[in-house]
Formats: sequence, C-alpha cells, structure tokens
Amino acid sequence: MSATRSVPVVQAVTPPATTNRLFVAGAAASHAAHLRSYGPLATETITNTLLVALEASGLTGRGGAGFATWRKLAAADEARADRVLRSSPIVIANGAEGEPRSTKDATLLQNSPHLVIDGLLATASAIKASQVYLYTVAENFRAVQHALNERPDARHIVLVEAAESFISGEASAVVNAIENGIALPTDRIRRLSDSGLKKRPTIVQNVETLAHIALIARYGARWFRSIGSDRDPGTRLVTVSGDVQHEGVTEVAGDTPLRDILATRGVDRSNVLAVLVGGYHGTWVAADNLGVELSAAALAPLGGHPGAGVLYVLSKQRCGLQATADIVQYLANESARQCGPCMFGLPAMAGVLTRIASGHRDPNLRRELRELSDTVAGRGSCHHPDGTARLALSALSVFADDANHHLSGRCTRQSR
Amino acid sequence: MAARTLGSTGTRPPAARLHIDWTRCDGRGLCTELLPRELTRDRWGYPLATKSASRSDVGIGESSLDAANDAVALCPKLALTLIPTGKTG
Repeated sequence: MSATRSVPVVQAVTPPATTNRLFVAGAAASHAAHLRSYGPLATETITNTLLVALEASGLTGRGGAGFATWRKLAAADEARADRVLRSSPIVIANGAEGEPRSTKDATLLQNSPHLVIDGLLATASAIKASQVYLYTVAENFRAVQHALNERPDARHIVLVEAAESFISGEASAVVNAIENGIALPTDRIRRLSDSGLKKRPTIVQNVETLAHIALIARYGARWFRSIGSDRDPGTRLVTVSGDVQHEGVTEVAGDTPLRDILATRGVDRSNVLAVLVGGYHGTWVAADNLGVELSAAALAPLGGHPGAGVLYVLSKQRCGLQATADIVQYLANESARQCGPCMFGLPAMAGVLTRIASGHRDPNLRRELRELSDTVAGRGSCHHPDGTARLALSALSVFADDANHHLSGRCTRQSR
Repeated sequence: MAARTLGSTGTRPPAARLHIDWTRCDGRGLCTELLPRELTRDRWGYPLATKSASRSDVGIGESSLDAANDAVALCPKLALTLIPTGKTG
C-alpha cells in the first residue's frame, strides 16, 4: 500500500498530566489543534495488541453498563477468528445519549470529535473490522461531519442519525436502527459481539469510551492509570444537572467522591436533599452519603452504579417522591411497548408513585410498588424495566420518611 | 449418569433453557399450562418464572423437556426457543 498522502508534521507532545484529558485541544477542536495537543496516531497500524493495553488499563465502558472494554473487543475478535468464513466485525460508535440528564457525549462530539474518531479507527483496526459507523443525534451532526471531512482516513465512517428517544442508544436498538431504521431493542439469543449487524460480530461502544481508547493507544495503560484509583482508573465525564448553579459536564478522576464533583459545579451541599446517580435508571443517594465515590465498587453497597456519569441534584425544597414519580412517568412513556411486563408494568408503577407523591392515604401503595417492581424486573428484551424498578425501589428507601408523611397525608416539602 | 428429575431444590444444572422473546409474547398462557411447575402468570397474563434465576431464559429440568418442546411448538406467537445447556450427548 503506497498511498501518497501528505502527513502533517507534528511535534512530539507531552501526554496530559491533569484530569483534563479529553478536552486538551480546546473548544470545537480542529484536526490541526487535535494533532498539536495529542500528537499523531497511525490508527491503521494498530493490531490486537491494543487489547492487551486496554486490559492493563482497566478501562470500562462509559455508556452505562460499565463492562470491561478489552473483554468486549476480545469477544468480537474471537468470534471473527472462529467463523469458517471469517466474517469480519463491525464497530459502531454510540453517541445516541438518550439519557435526558446527560450531555457528556454531545459535549465530547462537538468539542473533541477527533479523539472519538481516533478511538473508533483504532478499535476497528485492532479487531480487523471492515465496517465502521458513528451513530448520534442530529444535534451533533454538523461537528462530526466537519471532523470527518477534515480527515482522509475517516472517509469510510458511515454517519447514522439516532432517534431522540431514551432507548435509542441501547445496544440492540442501535444495531436495529442501523440495519432496519427501527431504533427499538430486539430479542437476542446470541450476543452482539457474536452476531449483531448483518449477523456479524458487532461492537457498540460509547463515544467517551472510544476517546479514552484513543489516548491509551497513544500513551499506554500506565499513563491511563496514573490518575484515578486502582479500582476505577483514569478519568470519566460527569454531567451535573438539576438544582445546581452551573449545570454542565466535568471530567473527574475515577473514584472522586460525589461531594467533590458537586463542589466543582458550585452546589451548596447544605441544601441538597439527594442526588440521583447514574441517570434515570440509577439510584438516589441521600445527602448524608455524598462522601461516596463515583465508582462501581463504591456505589455497589448502596445498590448504585455510575451509569453514564449522570448526577441529578435535588434540593431540599423539592419532593423526592414527586421527582421520582415524574421520572417513572417519563420512562413509562419511553417504553418501546414491545414487551408486556414493561408496557403494562411501567405505567402502573408511575400511577402508584404518583398516588404516593400526591398524598393518597393508602397503606398498601408501598407494597404495590414493590410488587410491581419485582414483577417487571428481568422480563424484557432490554433492561428498561429493570432500571425503572431500581429507581422506584431506591426512592422508597431513600425517601422512606417522606413516604411515611405522604401516606399519612402530610408532605413536608413543596412538590414543585 | 442416570437422569434424575429435578426437585424444586435440586442443584443439578437444568437440561435446557426456555428462552422467552418478550417482544413476541402476547400472554396467551399456553406455556404456563404446559409447564405449571416452571411458569405461572403475572397479573397481565404473561409467563412468570417461579423458580428460575433467569426470567427470560427459564431453567427446564429433564422431566419437563417434552412439555417445553410442546410449548415451543404450540406457542401461537412463536415467542419461545428451547436452548440446550451444557454438554450434549
């Protein structure tokens, strides 16, 4: 291959030394600015030794599930090698970001699109993928298209528009959207990494995860682990929203306590009632637990998970039960209505929560919500019912005192 | 190894898993009649696993394999698949 391409001459760069890793090239970074900040990356020369570096790095998916990144890629790589006909894999960058309280993926795609593209190309090269897609909402198209046009090595990346729905970014829905134009989850007996788009091994990877891959490919696993903790190495993007002075995205070291993250956004902790951690499929963390770190291991005892790095702050002037009722109503409306337990169960849950929040004096309501939560869990083609059940149950536990007041007809907070 | 029936507290791995495609299932309930030990119906009529850890891939013991195969064949919505587990033959 002797393609004659003018390769821009780039000075060697120092790897980022602070927690600002993903936005070093500044706002709406051009390809030139990106190269000046991060140095070049010959993505086409990358082999599956990248998987070794990814395993050593401890990088986990930043889209919500928190799965070990190397493991996912290894599964697709093995599926490729196992096939009699050597069916080459497909890699999809997932920037759908259906989570209403998350803006990190949009922020990343609009400001550091080249890191995402680098990570996508590096991943594709590592597992010998033959097709590469970038799936995101229309809002990010201009920035992404502009970035793709700046690079001769990205011409083959197919940009696909994601629907503006909560579940359009669920992995099987992503594949369904690209293949059939229907952004709804599908039933799966085989994993996507084994048989996904066009029945080929398919990797659906969150755009932030890909951006971290671009940096690990450049600077290595040891550099990645130089920030964060052993159990949660590297940095992650967090979106802080709700009753805060400055809503927005922050890049933090792994294992940063929630209160420190809130401090970066000017949150008055004395006025915080609770924080919803992990998005609308997440869990409430009460004000007296804000010392907990934002990591899978630290949140597990509270039944929580970092999810896509979403922190939604509720002030003491708000009612946690009403806020949860509103969210569950939204989640019920966002059901794909394909699976019975979700289609019927989620609206029923929203109804019970609304009755509790509005002060119905029925002592059975709590038990009813627990029963419904138990009934829907694990009974859908995606985890939408499970995530909704987790949220509802966490509200009952964190706002237990409020529930007692409500069920005796007295809400001690304004609900709106 | 002679096949033993799977008791309700049996620790033997199930012979197969009955996979429910929730996107197809309409709650007709035929499977719950054929597999009364493994499945009951929820308040809307959809199959609910009574003792399987997974509610979408329901453990089926040796003694229920015939009934599970019938359920797969007779489901009017083609929502069921029987997946053998572990070693075959």
